Amino acid sequence: MTEAGGAPRHKTVEPWNDPGQSPYIQIAGVSKRFGAFVAVDNVSVDIFKGEFFALLGPSGCGKTTLLRMLAGFEEPSQGRIMLEGEDMSTVPPYQRPVNMMFQSYALFPHMTVESNIAFGLKQDRVPKDEIVRRVAEMIQLVQLDDFAKRKPHQLSGGQRQRVALARSLVKKPKMLLLDEPLGALDKKLREQTQFELMNIQEELGITFVIVTHDQEEAMTVSSRIAVMDHGRIIQVATPAEIYEYPNSRYVAEFIGDVNTLEGRITQLGTDFIEIKSAQAACRIRAGHGVEAPVGGAVWVAIRPEKLNISVTPPDDTSVNCMRGEVWDIGYLGNLSIYHVRLESGQMVTSCLTNQTRLVERAITWEDSVYLTWAPSSCVVLTG
Amino acid sequence: MNRGFTWFNGVSLVLGFGFLYLPILLLIVYSFNESKLVTVWAGFSTKWYGALLENQGLLDAAWVTFRVAFVSSTVATILGLVAGLMLSRFGAFRGRVLFSGMIYAPLVMPEVITGLSLLLMFVAISFDRGFVTVTIAHITFSMCYVAVVVQSRLISFDRSIEEAAMDLGCPPGRTFLLITLPVIMPAIVSGWLLSFTLSLDDLVIASFTTGPGATTLPMKIYSQVRLGVTPEINAVSTILVGIVAVGVVIASVLAKRDEARRAQDERLAAAAP
Amino acid sequence: MADPQSNPVAYVSGRAATQGRVSGLHARFMLFAPYRWFHGMLSRTGLSSRTLVIMVPYLWLLMFFLAPFLIVLKISFSEVLIARPPYSALFEMVDDTYLQLRLNLENYLLLLEDDLYWKAYLSSIRIAAISTLITLLVGYPIAYAMARAPRQWRLTLLMAVILPFWTSFLIRVYAWIGILKKEGLMNLFLMKIGLIEQPLTLLNTDIAVFIGIVYSYLPFMVLPLYANLEKMDESLLEAASDLGCKPLKAFWKITLPLSIPGIVAGCFLVFIPAVGEFVIPDLLGGSDTLMIGKTLWAEFFNNRDWPLSSAVAVLLLLLLIVPIMIFQRVQQKQGGVG
Repeated sequence: MTEAGGAPRHKTVEPWNDPGQSPYIQIAGVSKRFGAFVAVDNVSVDIFKGEFFALLGPSGCGKTTLLRMLAGFEEPSQGRIMLEGEDMSTVPPYQRPVNMMFQSYALFPHMTVESNIAFGLKQDRVPKDEIVRRVAEMIQLVQLDDFAKRKPHQLSGGQRQRVALARSLVKKPKMLLLDEPLGALDKKLREQTQFELMNIQEELGITFVIVTHDQEEAMTVSSRIAVMDHGRIIQVATPAEIYEYPNSRYVAEFIGDVNTLEGRITQLGTDFIEIKSAQAACRIRAGHGVEAPVGGAVWVAIRPEKLNISVTPPDDTSVNCMRGEVWDIGYLGNLSIYHVRLESGQMVTSCLTNQTRLVERAITWEDSVYLTWAPSSCVVLTG
Repeated sequence: MNRGFTWFNGVSLVLGFGFLYLPILLLIVYSFNESKLVTVWAGFSTKWYGALLENQGLLDAAWVTFRVAFVSSTVATILGLVAGLMLSRFGAFRGRVLFSGMIYAPLVMPEVITGLSLLLMFVAISFDRGFVTVTIAHITFSMCYVAVVVQSRLISFDRSIEEAAMDLGCPPGRTFLLITLPVIMPAIVSGWLLSFTLSLDDLVIASFTTGPGATTLPMKIYSQVRLGVTPEINAVSTILVGIVAVGVVIASVLAKRDEARRAQDERLAAAAP
Repeated sequence: MADPQSNPVAYVSGRAATQGRVSGLHARFMLFAPYRWFHGMLSRTGLSSRTLVIMVPYLWLLMFFLAPFLIVLKISFSEVLIARPPYSALFEMVDDTYLQLRLNLENYLLLLEDDLYWKAYLSSIRIAAISTLITLLVGYPIAYAMARAPRQWRLTLLMAVILPFWTSFLIRVYAWIGILKKEGLMNLFLMKIGLIEQPLTLLNTDIAVFIGIVYSYLPFMVLPLYANLEKMDESLLEAASDLGCKPLKAFWKITLPLSIPGIVAGCFLVFIPAVGEFVIPDLLGGSDTLMIGKTLWAEFFNNRDWPLSSAVAVLLLLLLIVPIMIFQRVQQKQGGVG
């Protein structure tokens, strides 16, 4: 429909790194308590116009409560929610320029697809011909042309999801809130729909805030992710930063698989630090610094795919090289996961892409192997 | 599941439903008996139905009963709807425990007590007994049934559709009218039907609370039954059973057709991408 | 649809529009006197419309359920008078200075002394208990068979159980008179097949009352039992048979214990209304069939002793409160678990 729809996706705009940009939505010191239970604990985060922002966390981490406060279904116990500089905290949901797509889709069971989508416009007394036009546009956008006269129970799960999306987009809200929008779909459909969501978001230029517990989904669709736990935001960053440079063990372990090794700092260089770890039984050299003194306890996080596995020893076995025995192998088709027992008894995993056929595999059970990695591919964490 | 369906189960069902339906069937059969004696079959006749049309007392009672049932079930549905909403939506309001107690108590209260207590109150405030008092009595217990039906529907109600309506700009009051009410309408209708039949059916409470000129059909039937079985009463009973049976059969056929269409729709939907 | 840069435009009027509409409606309604009057009253008393909505059914029940019951309680403490109304006042002004409360416990004493009454109470409980047990024995196989019937039959069977409930209670009881009386269909049938030679006296006995209660309240037993048995996971029985348990034993060890909540619910649903039953003992029972509902009716309509019948009602309620409380407890506990 526009040139943006056809063009490949470029994510070079980073308003959060641009001091000249003012945030579109400001969540300032927001807390929500239900009795003694603190669902959201002093959360502050800025969201910029046109972002696809993900709130990621396990169930019960407060992400849905935060979303419901953005929609206006809950009032913050403390703090303020600003939209374009205007305080929204006490504005009821039916007066907010914000729409929500519900986890259960919440389609009105007694109305057709068309009337469901038209409902919001009717509430605003939009002229009839404009309603007809905009509803038709939406139905086309989500490819439901043949189903306009059907009722929700006559639709498949994927179709219902698209009706819910169309209904929440038709008013062109300043912000669209999505509560686990793809949770009810099966895996294949979910992946396909993720890309549709991204295209629609770029096409309409509406700010999306999505709540999900699925880290792959968050990584795929969003411009930035806020990882939440126990009502707090642990880290806000782009998907790549979250994965490559987690700021804590919690984030490292929540996003993807990771090996963490305990150790103490032995040397602080200008562009590297050295760590001694009993678990690894070798010196670990990491490529970038950390706010900790010599002797401080740290964890080294290494992603399985960054850990090379080999039966032949490398040139230098004293740094970033662990020895162990292959304990178990998980064959996933495209890759194999090697569970290696180190000499210290610690288990680590390493994964290799299966570039050759299974029969030609070089490493097998009970092989003695060397695990190596580059100083730049591990992260040192203090907490 | 079929594996567990043995001869024992078959016999249980046949005997059980035989027990439930045989008395009513016999009653219907003997309403077409020529003879006045219930036990002697003397040939098919509809003369007792003809006799009904001439029994002005019975017709009057039927008319009173119908009016009481219509008015009381309609008022009870409105009050019961509000009460059901209060119980499921209003959270903790002052006197909630007392209120829910008053909703549930009439459901288990022996009719003789309800009837007696209402009568004594009408006497105490020297309110003339008749059509109005019977109607008030019926409203009182019917609204509790409606409240329970509505409440149980609201408990299983997905509240996110109300939130969705508000999210799309619909204020709470209008959300109730446009979304909640249409969705719970089947429960409201069945509450009304339940109230209507309860009112048609009631003998004890009506006997206590009625006054001159407001004899209901069950009271009329009761006073005649005490004198013995008559084919005329069989005929009245058959008509009443017939009305209910036709109503229920129509309702269930409609429900079944709806169900079938729904199932087909769902198959269709599942086949779609 | 759009240039991604342009502002979303649906909300130009958002907040103001909604508020404007509501107050516009209000202004239009204010033209009508009743609304104006009503609105004035509301704002004077400081009541919100929400409170008002709550108040209607609340007041209704206070007036037509609670107040009548308090009046019964009051009258049960007064003396019978040949007057209008036929009972004495509980409070009396003495010398125009102080209020005298005259509690007359005579009615209650009479209930305790005259063995007619406490026999009627005991007999009500006995008849209700026996009938409940029979209903359970009759209802369980039906509910079980329904729950194990092919899925496509179940809805129809369920409807078939509920259908009699919608037809008049009085008529269903009446139907049994024609069957049970001396020259009735039951005796006719039994004599025809040669089981008996002389007609049995069935009508106007306790047996007829049992039959009447079982027949009338069977749906109350079958429905909770069915609901319970139907949702039972059949793989439990498969697991039991896989582990070597024979079907009959599996029923005893698995199905029956798991259906106890349904049994309890069904029994209370039959027992509680059966205790206070009037129509069944009156039409099917004999003159020696004592049930408290019948006694109350007779005291009131035949003897016109309002204070005594009020006392009977109060005691009947006290009698029922125990099983009702237990039932509620059990239901709540199950609700909490399920």
